[in-house]
Amino acid sequence: MAKNNQQDSKNLIDWVDARFPLSSNLKAHVTEYYAPKNFNFWYFFGALATLILVLQILTGIFLTMNYKPDAALAFASVEYIMRDVSWGRLIRYMHSTGASMFFVVIYLHMFRGLMYGSYKTPRELIWLFGVGIFLVLMGEAFFGYLLPWGQMSYWGAQVIINLFTSIPFIGPDISLWLRGDYTVSDATLNRFFAFHVIALPLVLLGLVVSHLIALHEVGSNNPDGVEIKKHKDPKTHIPLDGIPFHPYYTVKDLMGVSVFLIVFSAIIFFAPEMGGYFLEANNFIPADPLKTPAHIAPVWYFTPYYSILRAVPPIFNSQFPGVAAMGLSVVIFAFLPWLDRSPVRSIRYRGSLYKKWLAAFVLSFIVLGYLGTEPSNVWGQFASSTPLIGGADRATIVARFFSLVYFSFFALMPWYTKKDKTKPVPERVTA
Amino acid sequence: MANQEVDQSKRKFLIAATSVAGGVAAAAVAVPFVTSMLPSERAKAAGAPVEAEISKIEPGSMITVEWRGKPVWIVNRSQAMLDALASHDDKLSDPKLEVISQQPDYCVNPSRAIKPNIMVLVGICTHLGCSPSPKLQTGGDMGADWTGGFFCPCHGSKFDLAGRVFSGSPAPINLVVPPHKYISDSVVLIGADDKGVA
Amino acid sequence: MKTKILLVLALLLPLMAIANEGVKLERAPIDPNNQASLQRGAKTFVNYCLNCHSAAYMRYNRLQDIGLTDEQIKSNLMFAGEKVGDTMTVSMPKADAKAWFGVTPPDLSVEARARGADWLYSYLRGFYRDDTRPTGWNNVVYEKVAMPHVLWSLQGEQILKIDEKTDTHHLVLEKQGAMTPAEYDATIADLVNYLVFMAEPFKERDKNLGLLVLAFLGLMFVLTYYLKKEFWKDIH
Repeated sequence: MAKNNQQDSKNLIDWVDARFPLSSNLKAHVTEYYAPKNFNFWYFFGALATLILVLQILTGIFLTMNYKPDAALAFASVEYIMRDVSWGRLIRYMHSTGASMFFVVIYLHMFRGLMYGSYKTPRELIWLFGVGIFLVLMGEAFFGYLLPWGQMSYWGAQVIINLFTSIPFIGPDISLWLRGDYTVSDATLNRFFAFHVIALPLVLLGLVVSHLIALHEVGSNNPDGVEIKKHKDPKTHIPLDGIPFHPYYTVKDLMGVSVFLIVFSAIIFFAPEMGGYFLEANNFIPADPLKTPAHIAPVWYFTPYYSILRAVPPIFNSQFPGVAAMGLSVVIFAFLPWLDRSPVRSIRYRGSLYKKWLAAFVLSFIVLGYLGTEPSNVWGQFASSTPLIGGADRATIVARFFSLVYFSFFALMPWYTKKDKTKPVPERVTA
Repeated sequence: MANQEVDQSKRKFLIAATSVAGGVAAAAVAVPFVTSMLPSERAKAAGAPVEAEISKIEPGSMITVEWRGKPVWIVNRSQAMLDALASHDDKLSDPKLEVISQQPDYCVNPSRAIKPNIMVLVGICTHLGCSPSPKLQTGGDMGADWTGGFFCPCHGSKFDLAGRVFSGSPAPINLVVPPHKYISDSVVLIGADDKGVA
Repeated sequence: MKTKILLVLALLLPLMAIANEGVKLERAPIDPNNQASLQRGAKTFVNYCLNCHSAAYMRYNRLQDIGLTDEQIKSNLMFAGEKVGDTMTVSMPKADAKAWFGVTPPDLSVEARARGADWLYSYLRGFYRDDTRPTGWNNVVYEKVAMPHVLWSLQGEQILKIDEKTDTHHLVLEKQGAMTPAEYDATIADLVNYLVFMAEPFKERDKNLGLLVLAFLGLMFVLTYYLKKEFWKDIH
């Protein structure tokens, strides 16, 4: 019997393979995709991001079954999901927590790239697709945040759309076109819904597939930043330091997924608002176009860039420099492969200069992120007798300093990576 | 080599255990998603039992009330109508009401009703869900031998005044009698009976 | 004056003080698992709040979760002959409300999530007499609030005392209402407890499921940990 069954399933696979490259694709991307054997903690986040993407799509589909993209009904439909739909609250919390966790995971994934030089030749395109994913994800988050139609949804969208107004000449028209009305309104909500549930997800999926195809074409980098394809078994042509993704990394990622799900579930069941960072209190007040909340701040994952926006002073009475700086602070990641002149990839073999700059960058990212959640007078003012900065908000000056550090990390990279004293890179990966 | 044998069995056990746990997890995750598609609290509240006043229905006429978005007919049958019910058992598909799901057990009687004259029916054809037209009077456009009942315009199913389907109709079973009970002599509650809310 | 009961609540003193940067809120002494408190709060809510404020996302039968039966809900908490599956709406037309109060009283379904329990607790205890206001009332937590002091007959009348030396303010109960300050505070705590429950009725119940889920995932981690370890024995 068992033999017959085996024979049957083999016949079925042969039948499919004659019509669709099933086995060859499984081999190329799973069972015979050779990944370096020295992946560490930082290599969990790609798989986790994929998991969250699937979760967001799944929960999103079920949310659209009950959500109403109508300014008069949206807020109530979210509460309807939270109360009247069986387990709707769980699905909604999975989606709202998933949004924040997506950024947690993506930021860690990007940091991994920075540490191990994963963007360097020949992986520039992987990195560019990744930056594309990051940009689309920000769009998803921004459009999605309007949908609950609470006060923060409304005024957040209002402020961000108005940023475009500052673009010289065409700005006001762009804002008007984006909103489809003279203020954020039902028309805006309806189109944001369309962007959020279909337009951007399609782009996102395309980019994710491209990201993976590019990755599997050139092979994964690793914490040593050495090319495992350089040393292959002369007979089998398998990289000596490579191991098949399945089963070794599937079981390892499964372990990572378990840990992630523990954190994820703990947030969903015990702290879905995450102290106001994942779900803001003011968003439980329905949108009121006539009344702005006292303090509006973007959700935490946007705050570093928001801080940069606020830190740049208006020039000739125009907000545009701030807006441009904010845009640049996000897009600048795309230039990394060409800014980095170091002969080595991994931080393990770089000199102290790069390490110091990376630390300064991470620090400024965190400080700017924190300051973005607070009003700019959070630390009070400098005494008016202080030269130059007397009377200015302390937080603004600090934000300016760290914005400078943030951009210097990129702008000075060609210089300090070239000057940096590197250590010799081993031929093979270290254990 | 012996060492490897032991490893293999341990490996197999761990794979099996993880697979089982993963299966349980997947099934558990499916539950909220699947149940979220069931009627919500709002739908349940809207589908709560409805009360209908029957004292003003003239003998030989009917009213329609809405229960769970469906028409429910309440017909006050005259004595002549009741007498006619027994006359055509041979033309019916299920005169003895053998399909138990089509009425509560307290309506398994010749008149299919609690009070013989008051007929309560879900006005949805058991064929494909159209709402049949009442043809309560005898004869008329239904032909000379029509003793009163309901005619479904979609595919021509015919029912008598107890909602029983005539043989040859596409509808497979009789019209459904919803659970109901009398709160007072003149008020009927549709959607709930002594066994509880439907 | 003798009738003037100068009840300076020692607790209130430091906390109700309005410093320049805003009001310090007092911690609401609530327990989401205390069903008796929730039931008392629900009663206060339907008797005093639900006349003007709706809770349009809250169904009466959700009160089963705080230990009430449909019959109890119907006979004790519903007055307008609604069905238990109905939501807590008000009959007062919105336009009238706006004309009377200047603003439409907000829906309270999720107010506790917007404001926080401590804010509500401090707010409901923070009304004081102010003849410059159209309603005759003002509030230390919400300056120039449009809402009159609905629970006035229970709490009595407070006045605001300003200490010019320290530039702090505190409330003094000038005329006691039907309740002692301790009773009033307890009533407000129950009410806030209920408001918090109403804002997220499933929260406490879901926590039990959360524990189960975490326990299962813990087991899942142990399994996957050993699975990974077993497979990675191959790698040298």
